[in-house]
Amino acid sequence: MTTDSPSTPAQSSGSLKGLLLAGSVFLVILFSLAPVLWQLLTSLKVNEDISQVPNIYIPLRYTLQHYAELLSRRPFASYLFNSSLVAITSTLLCLGIGSPAAYALARLRLPGEQIILAAVLIVTLFPYILLFLGLLEIVQVLHLANNYLALIIPYTAINLPLTILVMRSFFQQLPRDLEDAAKVDGYNTVQMLWQIVLPTTLPALVTTGILAFIFAWNEFIFALTFITRESMKTIPVAAAQIGGSSVFEIPYGPIAAATVLGTIPLVLLVLFFQRKIIQGLTAGAVKG
Amino acid sequence: MPNLNTERSRERLTGWFLIAPALLLLLLVFAYPIGRAFWLSLFTKNLGTNLQPVFAGAGNYSRMMGDGRFWQSIWNTTFFTAIAVSIEMILGMGVALVLNQTFRGRGLARTIAILPWALPTALIGLTWTWIFNDQYGVLNDMLLRLPILEWLEQLRSGTLSLPRFLRWFPILLRWIFPNSIPVPPFNWLGDPTLAMFATIAADIWKTTSFVAILLLAGLQSIPEDLYEAHAIDGATPFQSFRQITLPLLMPQILIAVLFRFAQSFGVFDLIKVMTEGGPAGATEMVSIYIYATVMRYLDFGYGAALVVVTFLVLIVAVAIATFLLSKLRTHISGAQ
Repeated sequence: MTTDSPSTPAQSSGSLKGLLLAGSVFLVILFSLAPVLWQLLTSLKVNEDISQVPNIYIPLRYTLQHYAELLSRRPFASYLFNSSLVAITSTLLCLGIGSPAAYALARLRLPGEQIILAAVLIVTLFPYILLFLGLLEIVQVLHLANNYLALIIPYTAINLPLTILVMRSFFQQLPRDLEDAAKVDGYNTVQMLWQIVLPTTLPALVTTGILAFIFAWNEFIFALTFITRESMKTIPVAAAQIGGSSVFEIPYGPIAAATVLGTIPLVLLVLFFQRKIIQGLTAGAVKG
Repeated sequence: MPNLNTERSRERLTGWFLIAPALLLLLLVFAYPIGRAFWLSLFTKNLGTNLQPVFAGAGNYSRMMGDGRFWQSIWNTTFFTAIAVSIEMILGMGVALVLNQTFRGRGLARTIAILPWALPTALIGLTWTWIFNDQYGVLNDMLLRLPILEWLEQLRSGTLSLPRFLRWFPILLRWIFPNSIPVPPFNWLGDPTLAMFATIAADIWKTTSFVAILLLAGLQSIPEDLYEAHAIDGATPFQSFRQITLPLLMPQILIAVLFRFAQSFGVFDLIKVMTEGGPAGATEMVSIYIYATVMRYLDFGYGAALVVVTFLVLIVAVAIATFLLSKLRTHISGAQ
């Protein structure tokens, strides 16, 4: 690092640089946090303070009534349950189906391997609006509307490309000796995967799993289209559909509270797994 | 002694066995809907045909040619994508450069910086709808504390004195609002022009962190001694940025642009929550039009044709990006 140089001009330019850096870091943090914090503050304000003009930035009164209303007057506990169930199930399925495929693509010589990989890469770019019409027809034909499977199956699939890319790049870095030794010991490929390779891949599975969970939790268009029964809705859809008793009475407080409740699991994930999320995202997008 | 041939074929069999479930699921959820859209786009299937498919040849596509609403949505999407992605790339690069420096609390700063990316877009849409609320919104509240009316008056009479680096701003304003510049309190989501910029702003907030993450990974792979050698040669930091950082970061930049282009061209959640395409179709993106065509007008054939066209636009973009990437790769490996 050059900032530690002892001469005086460099020192003054060094402290200027430090100040500039501190300012930029502050701006980045402010940019990233301000909207979320404003929503959090709104969710804790009493109704009169929410609709106060000019706005109240430092309220004197705080309340949990909006949260209480979500849990008592609306089936918000079910929304949380639905989101968790769908996201967790699809994440586990995705890891279970995607990792073996990633292993095959990393280690075994298969004809058409390149085509499969290219297709997987392109598919990560598809916006879901391209898929919803065809999926809607499938859902109608199989009578899957208002069935968790109508979300679990697509969520598993939309996370497969990422899983395959991340896990494949992990398997490629894994030393081959491990598997060779297992082969010498008489394991067949499936046994070896299950008993030798799987335990060593746990960190990579966690990385991929976190990303898959985030994408599944956040999905909107399929959840909006395939689930219409109130008690089966997921958080993003339910929150977006909170309405008042009239057009003029938009319940800003409960909407803010719903936003906060729906984002808390993700905030926790990011807090604990920041490094893994960055690793996974870059491995999924850049390598592969 | 095991026969080499049977061993190879057994390996192959195991491979297919391992890969089959994933392939089947991908075919079901990605390939089938796209293929089905191509097929269905050749039929009329709407309330007029009692939701029965009736062969129409290229009917849906010729209808699209004369459909003003379709072209408007294409223009809206292109405008949204061009502005949003450009600003996201610039801001994302800035954030990545900051987060690549060494300072105390860098881990925490990175954690906070990726937060917007991780949060559900639909909920972020609600957050920004509230910020942009014309009556109680915090943005109007802050703007009302500024002497904006006074500035506009000075702008009209030509007495407004701006610092040099802001001279372009009034020109931009006049170009965006040729008739009359709106005055506060701004009706952010109710005015056609403002609504477009409001949704763009929300999209920028949501996805700048994604760009920053990708670019940060690229920055970390550039060896420090390149910069040191360059600085010894007398290069300024700005020169180093242009001559080292930008060229070496090109692959990541292209990948980020490609990802952002595709996501932004299909933007749905944010618009659906913030404006539903309004006011008066001013923020109606292709995705919103497709959704309304299928879900509100139950016009499946035409909706399928819209899906096909959007898909083709994306494929062309992917082809261009792949071409540029492969040229870059040969360029870089040729230089080494």
